[in-house]
Amino acid sequence: MRCVVLLFVVSVFASLPAAAQLADPSVTINDKFSERIDIGISTNEIAITSDFSGADITVFGAIDGADELLLATFAYDVVVALEGPRKTSTVRRKERVAGIWINRHSIRFEPIPASYSMSSTRPLPDIANLMELASRDIGIDNIRLVPTGGVGDGSRLTEFREALRRIKQASGLYQRDPTGVQFISKALFRATVRLPANIPVGQHKVRAVLYKNNQFVMEKVIPLRVVKTGLEQFIYNFAHVYSLAYGVIAVLLATLTGWLGSVIFRKD
Amino acid sequence: MTIYLPIAELSVNIFVILGMGAAVGFLSGMFGVGGGFLITPLLIFYNIPPAVAVATGANQVVASSVSGALAHFRRGTLDIKLGLVLLVGGLAGATVGIQIFSMLRRLGQLDLIISLLYVVFLGSVGGLMLWESIISLRRAAKNKPVSLRKPGQHNWVHRLPFKMRFKRSKLYLSVIPVIMLGFAIGVLTSVMGVGGGFIMVPAMIYLLRIPTSVVIGTSLFQIIFVTAFTTVVQAATNFSVDIVLAWLLMIAGVIGAQYGVRVGQKMRGEQLRAGLALLVLGVGIRLGFDLVLPPDEIYSVVSGSFGF
Repeated sequence: MRCVVLLFVVSVFASLPAAAQLADPSVTINDKFSERIDIGISTNEIAITSDFSGADITVFGAIDGADELLLATFAYDVVVALEGPRKTSTVRRKERVAGIWINRHSIRFEPIPASYSMSSTRPLPDIANLMELASRDIGIDNIRLVPTGGVGDGSRLTEFREALRRIKQASGLYQRDPTGVQFISKALFRATVRLPANIPVGQHKVRAVLYKNNQFVMEKVIPLRVVKTGLEQFIYNFAHVYSLAYGVIAVLLATLTGWLGSVIFRKD
Repeated sequence: MTIYLPIAELSVNIFVILGMGAAVGFLSGMFGVGGGFLITPLLIFYNIPPAVAVATGANQVVASSVSGALAHFRRGTLDIKLGLVLLVGGLAGATVGIQIFSMLRRLGQLDLIISLLYVVFLGSVGGLMLWESIISLRRAAKNKPVSLRKPGQHNWVHRLPFKMRFKRSKLYLSVIPVIMLGFAIGVLTSVMGVGGGFIMVPAMIYLLRIPTSVVIGTSLFQIIFVTAFTTVVQAATNFSVDIVLAWLLMIAGVIGAQYGVRVGQKMRGEQLRAGLALLVLGVGIRLGFDLVLPPDEIYSVVSGSFGF
């Protein structure tokens, strides 16, 4: 679905000769405005090392062609979000059956970002209306949660959606900082987004969205890869590609450790 | 100090993991059990995904049972023939258990079944052992001889066919109950991530009437192979063995076990059995409460591979 939409946008732009350079899928522009947003990060790869315990990444950006007066009256708003790779999620609900709590109902949702860390200049409701934010998947409460397969009578769908958002936030995978984007000089801003310790590895993207007087102006997306490094990466790959050999090695390591233990501490 | 676990895909505090390993190693050295029934629930309490906790627990038990079995082998308290017969059943049981494990994970009931099995087995084994050890403690207080094995006394188990002679254990016993016991333990090993020593030891003593002296060594001997088999199959089918986590637990466990053994040697058999019974019962009751008490969060989310 997403692919189709993307292709459609691209083909529309491609048919307009003047807008040919806008065919870049990482950019979405509202043609009513002349302001442009651009962002940069110091790296396009975050390495998870063995002592990784979360990290802050700082995104710098600028608004091109910003009106000085509007800047002074805080008419521009910026939302910066780091979105993790999309994964399907299953939400299960426990119910009491014969005295014990067991998983009874479950709803599967179409792929959603496995992690979502967002910073903005102001709380989202002050930046744009709900419809607008929802149409662009901006904000934890606005990420589209589309169930797949059976949902029963659907009466619990809202609860399941809320639970998914609540649990994602409780685990630190979804977070927001409504004052995390700050203007450091006229049109320059700095955004801090937090990566939790349990950040999923894979292709993430940094989305920066510019609003002017509650209206969408432009969105810029840059990719960011989160990768395991060195030994962690090696072990993970080995465990998945040569899983049988990995199991045998795990057993040999255990045998060796146990044997060493009994030899080192042998008293007789 | 944190360390990133490559398979569980999260960062943990290295000292918490080492502490867990050492504490469980101490208790397993003291009571002569593998400690899998303690390590797996502890890992789950510490937010390690249950699938990883179970598979990694099995891997850790390999190390502690190798260590223990070698000590028993040197002392001559290991009946290899009996161990091999148990193993036949054990490997078959583990094969079936892995299938059950994968199926439960698909159905989303893995956590429940693991908890239920723990509650049922820890509760009943702990209760029975406590009962028995209280009786023998009281008998010991009256200075009467304590004997678990009453020679000449037979139960239905000893009337079964296909008998085999086990020299080291001084037994002439049908292979059917031995293989069946091995099979049951094999299933539990792969579903619960335990060696099954805490069930195997009492079953061998009370059900098969095998002399207590060879029970622990023989049980450890067969547990090595069943847990090794489970580790390999879990790694190959579920990719859920975290070698970094397992190794940290082993190192701390092997060291902790040495101190446990020393403390254990200063205690009397009945006291040890009573202590183990209380420990087993305690873990069972703790897990039982979790099943019965209303949970803080009745929803749970599984994304991608192991969920969180």
